Formats: sequence, C-alpha cells, structure tokens
Amino acid sequence: MSLQKDLAPTTGDEVIQNYTINFGPQHPAAHGVLRLVMELDGEIVERLDPHIGLLHRGTEKLIEHKTYLQALPYFDRLDYASPLAMEHSYVLAIEKLLNIDVPLRAQYLRVLFAEMTRISNHLLNLAHHALDVGAMTPGLWLYEAREDCMVFFERASGARMHTAWFRPGGVHQDVPLKLLTDIGEWLDDRLPRLFEDGMALVVDNRIFKQRNVDIAIVSKEDALKWGFSGPMIRGAGIPWDLRKSQPYDVYDRMEFDIPVGTRGDCYDRFMVRVEEVRQSIRIMKQCLQQMPEGPVASDDRKVVPPKRAEMKQSMEALIHHFKLYTEGFKVPEGSVYVATESPKGEFGVYLVSDGSNKPLSLQNPSHGVQPFAGDGFQEPGHMLADTTAIIGALDIVFGECDR
Amino acid sequence: MNWIHSAPHIATPKGTVAAIKKALGKDLVAVEEAHGEVALHVKRDKLIGVMMQLRDTCDYQQLMEIAGVDWPDRDPRFEVVYCLLSVTKNHRIRVHVATNEDVPVPSVTDIWPVAGWLEREVFDMYGVTFAGNEDLRRILTDYGFVGHPQRKDFPLTGYVELRYSEEEKRVKYEAVELAQDFRSFDFMSPWEGADYVLPGDEKGAGK
Repeated sequence: MSLQKDLAPTTGDEVIQNYTINFGPQHPAAHGVLRLVMELDGEIVERLDPHIGLLHRGTEKLIEHKTYLQALPYFDRLDYASPLAMEHSYVLAIEKLLNIDVPLRAQYLRVLFAEMTRISNHLLNLAHHALDVGAMTPGLWLYEAREDCMVFFERASGARMHTAWFRPGGVHQDVPLKLLTDIGEWLDDRLPRLFEDGMALVVDNRIFKQRNVDIAIVSKEDALKWGFSGPMIRGAGIPWDLRKSQPYDVYDRMEFDIPVGTRGDCYDRFMVRVEEVRQSIRIMKQCLQQMPEGPVASDDRKVVPPKRAEMKQSMEALIHHFKLYTEGFKVPEGSVYVATESPKGEFGVYLVSDGSNKPLSLQNPSHGVQPFAGDGFQEPGHMLADTTAIIGALDIVFGECDR
Repeated sequence: MNWIHSAPHIATPKGTVAAIKKALGKDLVAVEEAHGEVALHVKRDKLIGVMMQLRDTCDYQQLMEIAGVDWPDRDPRFEVVYCLLSVTKNHRIRVHVATNEDVPVPSVTDIWPVAGWLEREVFDMYGVTFAGNEDLRRILTDYGFVGHPQRKDFPLTGYVELRYSEEEKRVKYEAVELAQDFRSFDFMSPWEGADYVLPGDEKGAGK
C-alpha cells in the first residue's frame, strides 16, 4: 500500500507522518495468508485492520452438496495443523442427531488420537511462536516429535495429515497392537525428552521473556466479551475446558489438570500450551492403560458400512455397502450445535439437517476468528515487532479461519 | 428420549427455560427443546433487549458464533442463529431470528464486540444486513466479489474464475467455463425418497 499522509504533525522543520503498511499477505510470521493493514506511528501500531479470507475455499458451501460421509474429509482441511480435532466435532454432531452408540474402544481411540493431535498442534505452534520471536532451535526438537505424530497418524489411517479416520459411529479401522505399544514407548521416553529439551531453551530465556511477558494482556472480561476459548481464555485466567465441563467420548474417565495463566499475556498463553502438552501425555497414557478390546465402530448397518471381508459372504452387507457409499445415510431432521475442545479452542459445528442424506446447512464457527477479531483491540499500542509474538500466541491457522 | 450418543451432554439446569421465559416475556416467540438443546425464537426488532437480558440476567456471557441458514421456501427467508454459552452455568442456548434480505437485523456489537466480525461473515455469506454494525464489509470473499455464496440460489461453482494471464501479465477474472456441468445425482431411495415418477415407470404411475 502506498504511503498515506495523515495529520502530519511537525516538530521544527521535520514533518512526522503516520504511515500505513501491509503486513502480509505473504509473510513468514503471519502463519498463513493474512494481511494486516497497519497504521504506524514510528514503530508503534496505532490502528490495525486484519484482512482474512484469502484462503476461503467455500468449505461450508461444498459440504451442502455432499453426503455426510463425503463431507468428512473437508474437515481435515480446515485446521490442517490439527485435522482429527476438526473431524471430532463433526462426527459427534452427526452422532448426536442420529443418537447412535459408539463402542467404548472407538471412544478411547478417538480420545487417544485427539490428544495426539493436540500434541502435534501445540508442538507446531510452540515451535513457530518461538521462531517468530527469534528462537529457531526449539523448532528443530519439536519438529522431530511432530514428525513422529505424523508417522503414528499414517500407521493408523494411511495418511499423514488428512486422515479422515474418525467416522460417524466410530473410527474407520482398528489400530494394530504394535502401534499402541510404540505410542506408549514414545510417550514414556522420546516425546518428553525432545519436548523438555526444546522448551528448556525458551521458557526461562531472558530474551524470550522480554519479547512475550506483558505483551497483549487480555483481561477476563475481554476474554469473555470477545468469545475467546481454549488456551486463549485459559491464558486469561478462566479455567474453562470443554473436555472437563462438557465431556464427550471418554474424557469424563480421564484425569488431567487444566493450566491457567495469571497475567493473560503472550507468555501465559505460551506456557498454557506447554503444560497442555504434558497433560495430553497423561491422558494418552490413561487411554492406553484403560482401552478395552472390542469393535471400533457401531454395528448399526444403516450408518456404518460393513467391512470388506463380510461383504464377500453376506448379500445384506453388500447392499448396505452399496447404499452407504452411493446414497449415504440419512440424518433425522433437526439442528445441533456441538462443540469440542480442539487444540486451538472451542471448535463447534452447527449442523442443520432436513432429514435427507446431505446437510441442509453446516456452519463451523472457526475458533480462529474470535481471538483474531480481538486482535484489533489487543494490538494497538504495541510495537511492530510485537505483532509476530501476538499472532504466534493466537495460534491461528487460516485453513479454519477462512474456511 | 434416551441419549446414547457420546457427544457432549449438556444438561439443562432445572428452571432454566422457565427463568428465560420470565426474563424475556413477550419478546420470546417460541422455545424449542430438541436433541437436548434449547433454541429460542425471538422477535427480530427486540433482539438487543433479549440479548442484554440473556447476558446480564440469565448469565450467558459468551457469544460463540453467529450462523446463518437459508430457507428458500420460507418467508422470511433467512435465519440468523446466535450460539450463546454460559461459563458459569455450563450451558448453551441458541437464539434464532428470522429475517429477509432487505430487513436488517439489529447488531449486537455493543453487547459483544466479537459480533462485529461474526456479523460481517453472515453478511458476506448470506447478504443479511445488520443495523448498527459500522464495519459491515465483506470478510471471507475476494475483494470486489459479487453475490452471497451461501445462499441456496448461488451456484456451487460461482460465476467467475481467475487465472494469471501470461500475455497480459496480470491476474484476470473470467466467467466460469466448465468442461462438464456439475453433476448432481439424486441418490434418494426410490422406495421412500422420490416424489416424482421414476424413469421407466411412467405407466405404473397412472395406476
């Protein structure tokens, strides 16, 4: 954007002007395609106008034209840093309308992998937050561990990122025992080692603290007013976690703590995420200990397709398979709003069904937008260099912000 | 009804609906309780008062989402849905308001500043306007976009596509040209879903 003349106050002969710059749309610290139009007074950000939507792909519109099962993979592509958490809300919304029972093993598997998603998401965010304020090395450790997560996802579903593994009624396929034992060993040894090594470099680091402490302080009132959720609201000091307050799947059987911040600044949000990784490790270990044997998907053949081996023997199974992959299943009329605690905060799905095999309307309020809309109030008065720290602590991914 | 699903069960605390009914009085058109969720249908022009009551008297502190729904057969055509959350009562409700494309909905930006962006999104996607939102620009679509993509009469493919033109050295907008039309299959079961004469069954329909 061109230089804009503003009020142009003068001191002696020098003319001082506020000027407007573009941060993005292509900026490595913008975590995606984000354009911030900033009015700067020297190095102080006076006014900020975030432009989002540069990654808008019309997900909700596309989903209205797909059957319920065909719509599922679109959710992986929303928040591509935590794909399984996106699927989780969607399958729960469908299950709520259908009111079907999910076998216990499937619930444990979902929680196990939802927490692994949380870990991989937080590893990415913590690495990038540190990188954005100048600390490059932690990322090298954290990416190692994140790569392990990707491999685990691949071993469970066949895909590293866009897994499409949670299905209405359960999960798509059972996991091999070796995968579970490998995850257990990874949780005991490799992950904590890599993670704590990486974090030891920054959490007590003087420069890191100077860049984050007291930056973008959010009060409890503001956090409520601006619809914050997840680490953003916990960082502001409100102990609110949907896994505890509105438990879904087997979260009510899990024992874990909710970290909260004390000051509500960027450093608190960072530390909340650090602690959440440790809590996720706890939850995953409990899942591995408690997980029973059994089926991994509901046996309701009007919703869950039969396995291929069964189709070789049973005519009925063949018909169900054909019907489910052409027509799909029908969901009773009604509307539900189902929200789960995704790594970034509340990820809700507002699903309206007219009783047919396609959603009449689906809205996924992105948890990125709320804190981000709040960015306009957080930012003014901060230095230009703080922008990267603030965006890093928002943990924003444009796949789900723009949809 | 017995709930066996594993989605978040949100128990409605006893007396909640009665308290809301009392607080809202005549502004409340209908209360719908289905699937364990409470949905309030309220009068559009009373929305601000209703939201103030819900936030201050009934303790629904957070506005989590504003969703739009397009019902082409209904009049008024659009539904704007506000999802509210109470972090003290651990409860969610939805507030539904019906509107048309030319009737603005009162903006709730003064109650929840986050509504500014959420309303912009509904405006962008459905063309519903919000009276009192001073920054009602498009948010998700392209600069200079025409139309409201989430409306049911907006085609899935849209109207324009853009490409980089090597000859003109710039990005060009052109009318969408599809090698094949969008194929919309009718998968509804002919035994239960179809309300038309099945192909090949024309004679049978007369019986």
